[in-house]
Amino acid sequence: MNKHRYLPMTDEDQAEMLAAIGASEIEDLFADIPPKVRYQGTLRMSGAMSEPELLQHMKELAGRNRDAERYTSFLGAGLYDHHIPVVIPHILSRSEFYTAYTPYQPEISQGELQAIFEFQSYMCELTGMKVANASMYDGATALAEAAALASAATGRSRVLLSSTVHPEARAVVKTAARGLGLEIVEIGYCGGVTDLNELENMASDEIAAVLVQSPNFFGCIEDIQACGRIVHARGGLLVTSCNPLSLGLLEAPGNLGADVAVGDAQPLGIPASLGGPTCGFFAVSEALMRRMPGRIVGQTVDKEGKRGYVLTLQAREQHIRREKATSNICSNQALLALCASVYLSVMGKAGLQEVAKQNYCKARYAAGRAATEPGLSLAFEAPFFNEFVIKLPEGTSPDDLSAKLLQAGYIGGLELGREYPELAGHMLVAVTERRSKAEIDGFISEMGAG
Amino acid sequence: MKPDKALIFEMSRPGRVAYSLPECDVPECDASEDIPVHLLRSKPAGLPEVYEVDVIRHYTELSRRNFGVDNGFYPLGSCTMKYNPKLNEEAARLAGFARIHPYQPEESIQGALELLYTLQQDLAELTGMDQMTLQPAAGAHGEWTGLMLIRAYHESRGEKRTKVIVPDSSHGTNPASATAAGFETVTIPSNSKGLVDLDKLRAAAGPDTAALMLTNPNTLGLFEEQIVEIAAIVHEAGGLLYYDGANSNAIMGIARPGDMGFDVVHLNLHKTMSTPHGGGGPGAGPVGVKSRLIPFLPKPVVSRRADGTYYWDYDRPQSIGRVKAYYGNFGILVRAYAYIRSYGPEGLRRVSECAVLNANYMRMRLAPYFDVPYPGICKHEFVLSGKRLKAYGVRTLDVAKRLLDFGYHPPTIYFPLNVEECLMIEPTETESKETMDAFIDTMIQIIREAETNPQLLLEAPHTTIVKRLNETQAARKPVLNCTCG
Repeated sequence: MNKHRYLPMTDEDQAEMLAAIGASEIEDLFADIPPKVRYQGTLRMSGAMSEPELLQHMKELAGRNRDAERYTSFLGAGLYDHHIPVVIPHILSRSEFYTAYTPYQPEISQGELQAIFEFQSYMCELTGMKVANASMYDGATALAEAAALASAATGRSRVLLSSTVHPEARAVVKTAARGLGLEIVEIGYCGGVTDLNELENMASDEIAAVLVQSPNFFGCIEDIQACGRIVHARGGLLVTSCNPLSLGLLEAPGNLGADVAVGDAQPLGIPASLGGPTCGFFAVSEALMRRMPGRIVGQTVDKEGKRGYVLTLQAREQHIRREKATSNICSNQALLALCASVYLSVMGKAGLQEVAKQNYCKARYAAGRAATEPGLSLAFEAPFFNEFVIKLPEGTSPDDLSAKLLQAGYIGGLELGREYPELAGHMLVAVTERRSKAEIDGFISEMGAG
Repeated sequence: MKPDKALIFEMSRPGRVAYSLPECDVPECDASEDIPVHLLRSKPAGLPEVYEVDVIRHYTELSRRNFGVDNGFYPLGSCTMKYNPKLNEEAARLAGFARIHPYQPEESIQGALELLYTLQQDLAELTGMDQMTLQPAAGAHGEWTGLMLIRAYHESRGEKRTKVIVPDSSHGTNPASATAAGFETVTIPSNSKGLVDLDKLRAAAGPDTAALMLTNPNTLGLFEEQIVEIAAIVHEAGGLLYYDGANSNAIMGIARPGDMGFDVVHLNLHKTMSTPHGGGGPGAGPVGVKSRLIPFLPKPVVSRRADGTYYWDYDRPQSIGRVKAYYGNFGILVRAYAYIRSYGPEGLRRVSECAVLNANYMRMRLAPYFDVPYPGICKHEFVLSGKRLKAYGVRTLDVAKRLLDFGYHPPTIYFPLNVEECLMIEPTETESKETMDAFIDTMIQIIREAETNPQLLLEAPHTTIVKRLNETQAARKPVLNCTCG
């Protein structure tokens, strides 16, 4: 293949360049690869496609997935079907943003650097924390990094992890803990929220932190202040994971005693995209600033006194500190951090409150409907944000129910039996501002009809 | 002087809105009747109040203050700043990819699962490995995942191996990932040719060696010619070989890490597979392993049933667990898949041939003007040393800053650490000879300037929106957010 739309090399270019190098053929440039490891075959994969063929192929693959544009989704569990303001894809398509690397040359990267600085500011405003970084891979890895930070900051290795934290985030924390030598102790739940008595009993002077999520995986709102009191009395840190959109309604973790606030910015204008890319955020109290993982942008001035932005506090990072770095993260989720910032710019002070309120009211309405629907009941009494757990009619097969809901045009909630065996026959249902009263009514009726 | 660009927070005027939501069609409810008052927001978040035109103009202006591959040549070594095909962007935005949820029933996402499965197969074939996981979100994340796999492998054999060996030319992420995976790093110096010093490796390898992490071609752009011997030394000591795939743009269809003896590989899809860097992510760092490490892969893995349907395989009792929520940066994986399909096997090989030819051409043309610490053919990138410019009081940093005035993104500078005043240049295959020639001519001109008017370099850049920034002040007195809210 010597002609391709992304490759400029002509036969003439190739001849001239080889001559300049003093090589007679391209093969000469690979003479340093031992014959024993030279690959001589043709890779076994399908052949090149033209642009129209490839576009058609991609559309065909995409068309075999049932998406939240064609179906009405009540599925959340960490990834929510919110309205994405129309301006977002326009701004994210500016290729000056998306085709740039990490802003190593600040003079020609002021746009990205300012965007990150604004993202950090947004995360501080939302969480009530003093400082935030440029982003993490996702909420789950951010939580794992928070556990690592807590251990390093306290010099302790035991971490209490509430069982109401997203199961996948817990799984990531546990994987990371094996590498870092952390001991993870899970705290049970009671009535849909962290069992504070158990937390009290398990808290000791050896704990680095307690990790709680609010709204938690069941959608219930945790009393993170009470968790904080317990862990702080033992000299540990309070690490909270939160849904940033809920912070239009719920108190900022920074005002409830959080030392580290993390979460996933997916609700802020990021499409679910089978779970990624989303965007983790990481915010801490001032005391923990220099222990943060990842990129951080700071404001400074140029030599003429003009305001500008640079990557800063780099003495924490792998390219300087190598094995002594606070984390190995470098590439993060900058483009999605930009997405979250644009979302918050669009929603503004009033819009974030309004959208949070609508989520809350619609979920309350849906729960009220479920509570009175024959065969259905609510699993927990604790207050929730935009997601709650429904107990399904006895003997319901989750697979059959999902299939039936799809048939009726709904993407149903998540059946909890795999992650919480005691909650088999329960469904976690999310209701965002996108759901109309009619859709909610139809969905609940469909579930109840068995 | 143009005034500073306002922050979005500074543009706020009370009463303006940019959002639009339908009226709430369910009964209003009062949260304070339900949620304890101390858990309700006491003071709204200080978000700006702007209207839609403000939002568009603000971010459009920010984008104009940024430089991407679409703006011009970006020979940032080790980062493979190739063109990001637009078809791939369109594909990833299709609702059937962008608006699907990982917890949907498997039968409702068969197209996505097929794509993931095929990508796993293609990447395994490309690297010569037996099985891939697509979960890791970036290169460093892949490294850490790979090291956790290596750890699990040794532990399963009842062996306690605590050390990871890296050459001094390695990426900083290698030792940082080793630490996060609970290993101690042993750094070995490179030999005079810039390659792994076999004697030093032999001395370092032993019963406590968990792995050697290696980039091949290495960060100097040189192929480790003694890779077969290197692999033998590590394997004989009972360790495994880890391949840092940051530089795989040099070897697609030409040499495969699996054939070189590597046991674990990660690829940076945001480098080799053309997915955009996004200004610092998202990336994707799939990891491939040889068969003996398959049982430890993160779960789930996408598998195919005899009837041709696809499913998430969770039945992996020896798995290291999850490394990320859900199944990786799917949107990036879609782009990488489309990229592979656009080239096919011969095309991918041609990509690497062109990348290597371009790098050698630039190296030959620039060699007379710089010190070339490691002469001889390079692969997809090469390093130069700017140390002779010190005679004029000029450093590599100044050359880089001067390049900004000519509309180029500079090469990587001061890496790898074992080359004084290093410049690391990676043109990639998507740049034309004219583009490279123009850049080379500019570099030659800058050298002349250094000789005749070094001040021009020392004060560069002259044409950018801000001049050199005070990084010391930024670190000493950190201002990390505005408190305008």
